[in-house]
Amino acid sequence: MIELVIADRCTGCNACVEVCPTNVFDPGSDGRPAIARQADCQTCFLCELYCKADALYVGPDCDQPSPVDPAMILASGLLGQYRRHSGWDEWQGQYPNEHWLMEGVFRRARESMSSSG
Amino acid sequence: MLKADILVVGGGMAGAWAAATAARAGVSVILADKGFCGTSGITAAAGPGHWWVPPDPPEARPAAIRARAEAGLGLCDPDWMARVIALTYQALPTLAPYYAFAKDSSGVVQYRALRGPEYMRALRQLITDLGVTILDHSPVLELLQRPDGSIGGARGVQRQRRHTPYHIESGATVLATGGTSFLSHLLGSRTNTGDGYLMAAEAGAALSGMEFTAAYTIAPAHSTMTRSMSYAFATYYDSDGHEVAPAGPEQTRELARQLLRGPLFCSLHRMPGDIRDHLRTISPNLMLPFDRWGIDPFTDRFEVTLHNDGTIRGTGGVRVVNEDCATGVPGLFVAGDVATRELIAGAISGGGAQNSAWALSSGHWAARGAVRFARSRNGRSARLTPIGEAGLRPLGTGRASDIPGMVEAVRNEMHPYDKNLFRTGPQLRQSRQRLDSVWNELRQFSAASSLNPLPAREAAALLATARWSLAAALLRDESRGLHQRVDSPSLRPGFAQPIIVSGLDDIRAGLKNQAQHPSVMEPAQ
Repeated sequence: MIELVIADRCTGCNACVEVCPTNVFDPGSDGRPAIARQADCQTCFLCELYCKADALYVGPDCDQPSPVDPAMILASGLLGQYRRHSGWDEWQGQYPNEHWLMEGVFRRARESMSSSG
Repeated sequence: MLKADILVVGGGMAGAWAAATAARAGVSVILADKGFCGTSGITAAAGPGHWWVPPDPPEARPAAIRARAEAGLGLCDPDWMARVIALTYQALPTLAPYYAFAKDSSGVVQYRALRGPEYMRALRQLITDLGVTILDHSPVLELLQRPDGSIGGARGVQRQRRHTPYHIESGATVLATGGTSFLSHLLGSRTNTGDGYLMAAEAGAALSGMEFTAAYTIAPAHSTMTRSMSYAFATYYDSDGHEVAPAGPEQTRELARQLLRGPLFCSLHRMPGDIRDHLRTISPNLMLPFDRWGIDPFTDRFEVTLHNDGTIRGTGGVRVVNEDCATGVPGLFVAGDVATRELIAGAISGGGAQNSAWALSSGHWAARGAVRFARSRNGRSARLTPIGEAGLRPLGTGRASDIPGMVEAVRNEMHPYDKNLFRTGPQLRQSRQRLDSVWNELRQFSAASSLNPLPAREAAALLATARWSLAAALLRDESRGLHQRVDSPSLRPGFAQPIIVSGLDDIRAGLKNQAQHPSVMEPAQ
C-alpha cells in the first residue's frame, strides 16, 4: 500500500492524483497531494512510475498498512527504483525495455525442466 | 448531457483498442474509465504477450488452432480463433508510432509481448491523437435505454468532482469494463468488479462460461506481485523444508493443497544467472516486493500464496451473438474480459497470449459493430431511461447496508481453494444460498449513497457475478478444464458445450443447445 509522499521531494505536480487508478490521493491544501484513501490502494506501484520526483513510496504489503520511516526510505535507494528500471524519462536509453525476452525465459525454463526431469 | 456516436465504458486494453477503431472510422467517441485510462485494468501493471502466429509457414496457424482447440476441451470455435490470430497480427504493429518495439539480435522487430505501463501509455496517446474524449475517474453506474429497448448511453459520476453525475447519449455503447478477480489481490484488479456484466445483464444480455473462474496465480505472500515468469524456475517447500508441488499440469492444484495444509515457501535458486541479470529490465516491477522486504529470492525461501484470477484469467463473460461482439441487446457491444473468451479459450484459461489477443480483437470488432449500429440510427435522439437496479434502486426501504461485509461475503465464497478449486455440489449450493441471501438484502435495502454511489454498485456486480459463476458450476456436473468437481471428476460428453446464464434476482442456467428452454435453477432460499 501507498505509505509515503516525501514532502521534500514532491513538486506538487499532482500527477499521482490523476494517474492513481483507485483514486487514493487528494490534492492537498498545501499544494502537495495527500494520501486520502490508503485502504483503496491496490499496490500496483504505478504512481511511482509516473512520479518524476521519485517522491512516492508504496510498501509491498497489500493486506495492511506498514508505516515506514521517511528518513530510512530516503536513505534506502528504493525511491524511484521502478521508474529507473523501466527506463522512463531521464533513464531512457540506460535501462532498455527487454520485456520481449520473456518468451525466451519461459522456453529456457521448459528446457531446464525437461532436461532435469 | 454529453453526446457521442460511440461510448466506450472502460479504458483498459480492450476499451482503448475499441475507442481507436471507432475514431478511425470517423465517428465521435467518448471513453469513460473508473480510474485513469493508462493505469486502470489488468494490462497496465502486467506484461501482456499476444497470441502471435505469423502467416508463414502456412501450416502454422491451423496447427496453433488445432492445439488450442484440443486444450480448450471442445468448447472453442476454430473460426473465431483464426479471426483473432489474423487481426492481432495485423493490428498490433500499427502501434509502432507509440510503442518502441524491440528488435532481436538479427534485427527482427518483436511485436508479440509488450510491457503493460508502456502499452497503455501508448494506447492513451493513440486515442488522444485520434480525438477520443477521455473521461478519467468517471465510473459508469448504469446504462440508459431507449423506448425501443436499445441502449442509448450511460450515466455515471465524476468521482474527483464530489461524485457529480454525468449522462452520455450515444448511438451505440461498447462495454469494456474487464472481468473480475472477486477482489483478490491479483495485480491491478481492484477496479475490476464485474460492473459490465451487471449492466449488460440488466439490459437483458446473457453470459457464457461463467463456471471457469478457478484460475489462480502465484505471488509472494501479502503481495500483489502476480508476475508468473520467474516461477517457471520455482522450487516449492512446505514448512518442514520438504519439496512439494513439482512442475506439471497439476502444479497449481498441488500448491493449493499445500496451502490448505499450511504455509508454502518458494525459492528461485534454479533461475540461471544471466536471466537474473536481466529481470529488472524484463519486468521492472517483479523485484519491487523482494527488494523492499530485503528478500533475495535466489537464496532465501520466501512465503508465497495463490491469488484468484476469477474471470480475468478465467474465461467467462457476456455471451457474444455474432462476429461484431454484439450482445443481443441492440446498441450494446462487448470487448475484452467482459466478453466471454470461451470462443477461443474453451474450458481453460486463455493465459496471457490468448487473453490479450482477444482484448485487442474484440475491441476492434465491438467498435465496428457499434459504429455500424450508430450510423443506422443517424444521430436520432430518443427518450432515455436509466435501467440500473441492484445497489442503485432498492425494492424496499433504502437504508445503509454493510457494503464491505457484502464484498467480504463474495470473497469468502469465491477465493478459498477448498471451495473454488476443489468444487463439490453441496459446497456450491451452500455458497449460492449464502450469496443469494446477501443479494436479497442488497436488493431490498441498499440505496446508492449520494455521497459515493460506487461501492454499493460494485458490491452488486460482484454478487451477481459470483452467483452466475456458482449457478453455472452447479449445472456443470462434471470436470472440464478450470472447472473441477471433486464429486464428478470426469469429462461427460453431454457437457461438451457452453453453459449460458442470465437473470439477476432469478438466475437461469442452461446448456447452450437447450438455450431455447433453459433449465431454471431452483431459487436457493
